[in-house]
Amino acid sequence: MALKIVKGSIDRMFDKNLQDLVRGIRNHKEDEAKYISTCIDEIKQELKQDNIAVKANAVCKLTYLQMLGYDISWAAFNIVEVMSSSKFTYKRIGYLAASQCFHEGTDVIMLTTNQIRKDLSSPNQYDTGVALTGLSCFVTPDLARDLANDIMTLMSHTKPYIRKKAVLIMYKVFLKYPESLRPAFPRLKEKLEDPDPGVQSAAVNVICELARRNPKNYLSLAPLFFKLMTSSTNNWVLIKIIKLFGALTPLEPRLGKKLIEPLTNLIHRLVITLHRASVEKNVCLIGLVLPIVCVCVCVSNAVLISLSSGMPNHSASIQTVPHCLYVSLVTVKYLGLLAMSKILKTHPKSVQSHKDLILQCLDDKDESIRLRALDLLYGMVSKKNLMEIVKKLMLHVDKAEGTTYRDELLTKIIDICSQSNYQYITNFEWYISILVELTRLEGTRHGHLIASQMLDVAIRVKAIRGFAVAQMAMLLDSGHLLTGNMQRNGICEVLYAAAWICGEFSEHLDDPMQTLEAMLRPKVASLPGHIQAVYVQNAAKLFATVLQKHEGATDSQAAQDTSQLLIERLPLFVQSANLEVQERASCILQLVKYIQKLQQKDVEVAEEVSALFAGELNPVAPKAQKKVPVPEGLDLDAWINEPPSESESEDEKPKAVFAKEEPKQSRARHIEVDEKELARRREARKQEQANNPFYIKSSPSSQKVYQDAPGVEHIPVVQIDLSVPLKVPGMPMSEQYLKLEEERRQKERADKKKKDKKKKKREKRGKGKRDDSGPESEEDITPAHQVDIVTEEMPENALPSDDDDKDPNDPHKALDIDLDKYVPSAENTLHKVTVCMLHAEKQGDLSITRHFLVFLVPLLVQKSLKNKKKKQKKEKDEKKKKKRHHHHHHHGDGGGGDSVQNGTVEEEEEEEPLPVSRFLPITEQKNTVYDIQGNLQDGSQVVVSVIFENKSNSFLKSMEFNVLDSLNSKLQRPEGASPHDGLVVPFQLPPGVSNEARFVFSVQSIVMPQKLKGTLTFIVKSEDSSTHEKLDFKLHFTCTSYLITTPCYSDAYAKLLESGDLKSSSLKLEGLNMPFHHLLARICFHHHFSVVERIDSCASMYSRSIQGHHVCLLVKTVSS
Amino acid sequence: MQFMLLFSRQGKLRLQKWYVPLSDKEKKKITRELVQTVLARKPKMCSFLEWRDLKIVYKRYASLYFCCAIEDQDNELITLEIIHRYVELLDKYFGSVCELDIIFNFEKAYFILDEFLLGGEAQETSKKNVLKAIEQADLLQEVSHHEGSRFVD
Repeated sequence: MALKIVKGSIDRMFDKNLQDLVRGIRNHKEDEAKYISTCIDEIKQELKQDNIAVKANAVCKLTYLQMLGYDISWAAFNIVEVMSSSKFTYKRIGYLAASQCFHEGTDVIMLTTNQIRKDLSSPNQYDTGVALTGLSCFVTPDLARDLANDIMTLMSHTKPYIRKKAVLIMYKVFLKYPESLRPAFPRLKEKLEDPDPGVQSAAVNVICELARRNPKNYLSLAPLFFKLMTSSTNNWVLIKIIKLFGALTPLEPRLGKKLIEPLTNLIHRLVITLHRASVEKNVCLIGLVLPIVCVCVCVSNAVLISLSSGMPNHSASIQTVPHCLYVSLVTVKYLGLLAMSKILKTHPKSVQSHKDLILQCLDDKDESIRLRALDLLYGMVSKKNLMEIVKKLMLHVDKAEGTTYRDELLTKIIDICSQSNYQYITNFEWYISILVELTRLEGTRHGHLIASQMLDVAIRVKAIRGFAVAQMAMLLDSGHLLTGNMQRNGICEVLYAAAWICGEFSEHLDDPMQTLEAMLRPKVASLPGHIQAVYVQNAAKLFATVLQKHEGATDSQAAQDTSQLLIERLPLFVQSANLEVQERASCILQLVKYIQKLQQKDVEVAEEVSALFAGELNPVAPKAQKKVPVPEGLDLDAWINEPPSESESEDEKPKAVFAKEEPKQSRARHIEVDEKELARRREARKQEQANNPFYIKSSPSSQKVYQDAPGVEHIPVVQIDLSVPLKVPGMPMSEQYLKLEEERRQKERADKKKKDKKKKKREKRGKGKRDDSGPESEEDITPAHQVDIVTEEMPENALPSDDDDKDPNDPHKALDIDLDKYVPSAENTLHKVTVCMLHAEKQGDLSITRHFLVFLVPLLVQKSLKNKKKKQKKEKDEKKKKKRHHHHHHHGDGGGGDSVQNGTVEEEEEEEPLPVSRFLPITEQKNTVYDIQGNLQDGSQVVVSVIFENKSNSFLKSMEFNVLDSLNSKLQRPEGASPHDGLVVPFQLPPGVSNEARFVFSVQSIVMPQKLKGTLTFIVKSEDSSTHEKLDFKLHFTCTSYLITTPCYSDAYAKLLESGDLKSSSLKLEGLNMPFHHLLARICFHHHFSVVERIDSCASMYSRSIQGHHVCLLVKTVSS
Repeated sequence: MQFMLLFSRQGKLRLQKWYVPLSDKEKKKITRELVQTVLARKPKMCSFLEWRDLKIVYKRYASLYFCCAIEDQDNELITLEIIHRYVELLDKYFGSVCELDIIFNFEKAYFILDEFLLGGEAQETSKKNVLKAIEQADLLQEVSHHEGSRFVD
């Protein structure tokens, strides 16, 4: 052995350390990869050695290589080895490496659970700290589930260093394991008032993050945060809290009223600073103050809305923010724009006056600034300035370099124009020409977007169709210009829209023949498949139109030429590799051939051919399908057929191991269905389908149904007199519309003026004082066309729903837990004093995981006494339900009845009257929180640490803690003391302060639950008097509270069950309707079990007591 | 905060800390893209840029870029402040820090960062406390090192 060590240390002298490695890499600039591969070989050798120092060194080097981009996942196991070193130096390196390279897919993570748990409860706070830090980077749902309890305990650690880390990491745990939020929340809340500012700010951070996502659950915390806001001097915390209030105020108007004063003060102070700073051009100062102002202004805006009243200082801040834009420093400029975009939402007018300034920002070199400015423009447009703004943007599109920014511009233009259902567009011809102009952009990726806009406008604005069709025909004609960019979503997508519009609304075409010819050019065959398919289909539509045009005319030659053209050109598409194109083309080709035959016989076919495409398509809202209400009596979740038998999976369960097995419940009876019944059902289904407009019927009359459908004819389309000629020679130039629009408005104004003179009635609308030369107000601008925007169709009696936009994958959704509901169940937890959980942790050394219990809050208890009893019963039921306890003890004495005992004892407690009234006066002054620690080193010792908190305004001193010993459990007193003496609590409590004291108990047997009665005496000293007070309490140690969460692997578990040393009993609970995973989480959490294996609704669980008793538990749901 | 990257003007990564679990491949892709984007920006441009659905906050100190990715609702300036605070911490710890300090003692740079941020949130706003924690942990390391070497001797 000694030789090995010596050898190891000699080897080490030749090992490279991290510095050597870095130096080496820097010296081998030209053949870095080769050098590193030799290094990795060396590292592999080092990892094979037993010496942990060598291993740690190797892992450290690997961490560096990982950063350079080399894969080190192969060394994951070695990293775990280094993590579990007892030396802090190595542990630190191990955890660092793990935090850098472990992720959810790393399989060795599950090996770390025990190690992490051990480190978390290490006596050395830096061990714990390092474990927490590492865990924050690689926590998985499994780790979160297994360690939630341990981390929660650490939240009340004596060292603030650990507390703050534990509090912060809880957020990560919540995200991975949302069930932990509810039990952990009371403690988290408690930490908001932690004496250590670091812990406090950590708690604020976590709660703000939680509340930002689901604000309504945190409304009850508002008073607490309000207190923090007015008292905190930490700017970091302040910003967070103000932001939180921003989220809360819209939900609770009264909060706004309360906030307005402190916020105005704050804003006022900040605005003065800001103003001074912007006058002095003190950029740094602006930078510092501006974000707070932004946040405050935002919040106070919310406040304002809720109060709908003005606030004088508020306008000052709005005036000040734009000042920043003149400051050259870009960062401040950016923030100024950001602030404006926030103000814009509530005070659009005050921002609109800075339009020019914002437009100037579009010329900025910095893309970030330009994008911000674009965002602002979106909110600033009105009917009046839309054309002007878009014109400016179009100019920018032309000179913009870099496709990303240009694409951004493009989408913004479209966003701006189409926002709120084209609210601001007064002239759709202008918009169509803008869209057409945008098609000339090179290399854009938003062809699809433009195309969908074209389709949308052409379908929904009936009045514009003629113009749109003319434009689209032109696009098709010059289609070859657009085919340069063939990539997906490229600009060629617009041809899809163009072809469809020309086909569908072909009656508006001047020369359908020419368009048809354009659509069948050989070049088209190079377009993407889906576009070709649309071309082919719409060529057929055009064909129908051409036929109809020439029908009845004397020379049938033109029509026959068209058929001929199709017959010549279509074979090209019949050969297409794209199945869709091929199918459509060959179908249409045959049709045309047949028509040609008929034509040659001079049969009139136009009517029939156009019947193929008759009927109008109505726009259907994208969400329409989802909103179809479920017909009465239809249960979508009901099985249509018998559910597949579960017998197979049942066989996999390790049921044989358990001695007693419940007789299997008979499965839901198979419902006999006879022929008659089936026929009846079929009939009913048909009936339903016939009534369902969304069901595609097999009958050939579907077209007719559309035509008959009411609505289309009833959509009021006002005929318009066009002030702009429909036929625009050449490509349209959107600019000319600007001029035309200007002229039109001028004319309109003039008209109105005349009218005004004639009609006094008009004056009312013009508010009587309207200055004619002044800028016209929004409502005066009438659209050029009396445009009717067809709304998208929704199914009848569609259900209104707001949750459409929620992303179901959002991890924060799981955290949307109504914590107010918690209040009753908080009492449950409080009440767990009666189920006092003794949480002990198996430990090599003396540190112990602790479990704090809020203890004795009789006010609450009293208020909801009835309530709670019910709740408690319920919870107990939960515990019992569906459970089969199989308690196994190595020494078989007295273990058999454990689980039953557990249950009965709890019930007894329930019957016991709570000494509420006696507690009441005292606990108004004091709040006591428990922490009971089992000491595993000595299997018969328990450490109870109690946190005393003084909630009163008086000073508490001379506290004495005493417990009435039982045969089984004794409070350990100093030597020589009598068993009735109390222990002096070694501190005094000023008002609002809390402190912790520890007491050791010796316990004989842990196979039975215990109750200990105790008293705390203390002196309450107020200004003028001092009184002696007494507080009674009870300590309850139940059997499950002696259990330690201990993970167990399934093979070890199976062996344990097979050994036959275990005794077993089972228990069945009914009337429980809680999701299975929830149930498991509860058992894990409250009773310290860990899940060994779970198959569907059956789980094996394991735990062991502090004295080493094994407890196996099989929980399963039996379907009734 | 989603992640923090430190890289040199030449685009060499000096430190990376991820607060969201991503596969190595994704990390590499993001790093490459971001380093390129940030390095392409001119010195007089502002410290913020929008990238994918994240906001990137970066700042250059000498030849090193400190770059953080935050979510839409997070505050940019606080992030900038965090970066600056971290630089100050490094500076205090190493004594006028330079890029080489971070290259050769990259694990220390990580330790400092871990004491300052946890899970992407600032855990300690007091510089003194951070440095104290680091010093004590270092002391612990020295002691165990010492013991270890004595044992080997």
